[in-house]
Amino acid sequence: MVLAPADRAAVLALWRKLGTNVGIYTTEALERTFVAFPSSKTYFLHLNLSPGSAQVRAHGQKVANALVLAVNHLDDLPRTLSYLRELHTHKLRVDPVFFKLLCHCLLVTLARHYPGDFSPNMHASLVRFLNHVISALAPSSG
Amino acid sequence: MVHFTTEEKAAVASLWTKVNVEVVGGESLARLLIIYPWTQRFCDSFGNLCSESAIMGNPKVKAHSRKVPNSFGNASKHMDDLKGPFADLSELHCDKLHVDPENFRLLGNMILIVLATHFSKEFTPQMQAYH
Repeated sequence: MVLAPADRAAVLALWRKLGTNVGIYTTEALERTFVAFPSSKTYFLHLNLSPGSAQVRAHGQKVANALVLAVNHLDDLPRTLSYLRELHTHKLRVDPVFFKLLCHCLLVTLARHYPGDFSPNMHASLVRFLNHVISALAPSSG
Repeated sequence: MVHFTTEEKAAVASLWTKVNVEVVGGESLARLLIIYPWTQRFCDSFGNLCSESAIMGNPKVKAHSRKVPNSFGNASKHMDDLKGPFADLSELHCDKLHVDPENFRLLGNMILIVLATHFSKEFTPQMQAYH
């Protein structure tokens, strides 16, 4: 799977704009996932999930670091994210549908914070980028 | 069948009084057609859907887009019996048009994202969950 040049350029441009704030938005995305899809909390029962939790913030930063890594290695996501795939698939046994829910909440978060940048084409590029990440991270669900 | 608390019903109804149904509907439907191109098969008679600008400017997309949020707005006033307002639409989309139910979930996601762009402050995690 290869991301088209236009999608690549759009995602890179937005990521430059997000700068060092990616962790803020991935944390909000996690919080939204827990509220909108409560069954997702099953993977985080060892954490304090109350609003503003430092532990959720810390995990949000891990997600951010992984996405920044993905953005910088768009040509080889499967190899770049292989250690995360191993962790989430075999050790944590995360249902692949969870990644789709988290990505949807990330899109809601980015749309909310960057409404002027969130054109339909940017939205489409982000969906394709996140689908690439999910493919590299999780086994196919069907 | 989902049951909503008084607080949830009030929050959803309050947000939808501020929604410009034509704008939200248009953007939501356009995003669905752009991001998930297979949904265009249900719009064969709409004319030119070959690009973002063509879809955003398509008069038939705009005309259809008024219907979608109107039905959602109507539903927000009947949250104790959501099946009622949607009964005729359910028969139309499922039995006549053969729309796969997954596409309704995708359209719902588009509506949430468009609401997030228009109501940045109000669209808290709780508000998202109520929807």
